[in-house]
Amino acid sequence: MILNAAITGVGMSDIGRKTNRPAILHLAEAARRALDCAGLTRDDIDGISTYPGKADNSPGMSPLGTGEVRNALGLKTRWHSAVPDGPSQMAPIQVAAMAVATGQARHVLCFRALTESSSQTATQRASIPGAGRARLGGWYSYLVPANAMSASNWAGWMAQRYFHEFGMTREHLGLVATGQRAFAQHNPSAVMRTPLTMEDYLGARMISSPLGLFDCDVPIDGACVVIVSAADAAKDCAKPPLTIAAMGAALGSQETWDQRPDLTTMGAHDSAADMWARTDLKPADVDVLGLYDGFSIFVPFWLEAMGFCGHGEAKDFIAEGHIGPGGRFPVNTGGGQLSGGRLHGFGLLHEVCTQLWGQAGGRQVEGASVGACGMGGGFIAGSMLLRRD
Amino acid sequence: MRPLPELTPENTAFWTGGAEGKLMIAFCTDCAHAIHPPQLVCPKCWSDKVESRAVSGTGTVYTYTVNHQPWAPGMAVPFALAVVDLDDAPGARVTAEVVGAAPESVAIGQRMKVGFLNIDDVWFPQWEPAQ
Repeated sequence: MILNAAITGVGMSDIGRKTNRPAILHLAEAARRALDCAGLTRDDIDGISTYPGKADNSPGMSPLGTGEVRNALGLKTRWHSAVPDGPSQMAPIQVAAMAVATGQARHVLCFRALTESSSQTATQRASIPGAGRARLGGWYSYLVPANAMSASNWAGWMAQRYFHEFGMTREHLGLVATGQRAFAQHNPSAVMRTPLTMEDYLGARMISSPLGLFDCDVPIDGACVVIVSAADAAKDCAKPPLTIAAMGAALGSQETWDQRPDLTTMGAHDSAADMWARTDLKPADVDVLGLYDGFSIFVPFWLEAMGFCGHGEAKDFIAEGHIGPGGRFPVNTGGGQLSGGRLHGFGLLHEVCTQLWGQAGGRQVEGASVGACGMGGGFIAGSMLLRRD
Repeated sequence: MRPLPELTPENTAFWTGGAEGKLMIAFCTDCAHAIHPPQLVCPKCWSDKVESRAVSGTGTVYTYTVNHQPWAPGMAVPFALAVVDLDDAPGARVTAEVVGAAPESVAIGQRMKVGFLNIDDVWFPQWEPAQ
């Protein structure tokens, strides 16, 4: 079953580190570029969708909600939504797809804006939930007060267990990091473009074992906009519509990072299996992948979750060169978040769309027509298949 | 200057049991399911007859990490964070800092016993190698 929904435009601001540029200026730039990409005007936009909404869980994590963006861009919408508790950072795209498929809107502006780079200071680190707060509630409260403050600790547990069970080593993750950097050298908008060798990777300081500096994505300032359109409305856009062939949002384990019975799997496994159950497409049909890389270890997890290789086989799959430049299943061809900067999955989807429209320049995957995207790490995950018809 | 957990009806036993040297875990009194983090409802049978009781405080390291990055001012590094399968609460893991051992000596499968660190009105479980 194919959703009556398609991606018709994408746009990204000039992202950077310590830009000290207000989030709304990044957002307006990304929106302008997405409208240009789609061949739409402001008045065509009748829906708006974001994750997580304006939130201050950690510095610069989400400075803009739908309200600020509606006001700033003078949008008149028939439908709007901000989803903090959905299937990962992909939630606003999935919700928008359902909105256009059910006729609530025709063209939905989905956005993600972050100012984590400019907002972090010595005492207020990006991505540390509850920073500066006296008391914490919810699942965070069993991790952060116990001094497991950073997602790098939580991902470190998964990596350590995976290494133990399947014999993966730091060199395998190094291939993810150096491979994505090699892609980034062909992406003018990536924030980290200087070549990264395995020696550089292995020599970098440890953050939370077995994850080192280059296993962690890069906090940035920037915004990304993805336009989701109803299938009939998409036909009038400037580019061939990228049909949402299937999406998955299943989640089978507890909302926290340490209790899933098998921590060599994660929410991705539930979500991706659910996606494949809704389509005749198979992993072999996929030409290009965008897989969440908040930490390098998520890439092998997502590869296995999506069925590109079996459980425990990702280290060999990576070592055989399948996911880097020239590989059969290229992953995160824009450099991913490790080299491109953390746009919370939106950047990965932006890149998959760019590939499917044949506009990826020196990193273009020839003839790419089917893309797979998986967003989220730990217990949250959203999966999506896109097809250029 | 770690943030403290807010104490609630479901978690107060867990966070304060250390005052008496006890690791308190929530169990469903109808189906005996161990519930961690603690909840007021059993996720297995939906019973609201959930009670916390002391467990032995021993377990086995399922996984761990050694944290090297000071995430907050004054955080002394490195230290190990262990995710431990409890001996007598099947399916429940307690995640805590490891003390009394070099961080790099922690290993999957290692046996641990619980101790506590008191800050304000909270007793944080800590793991140390069981001899």
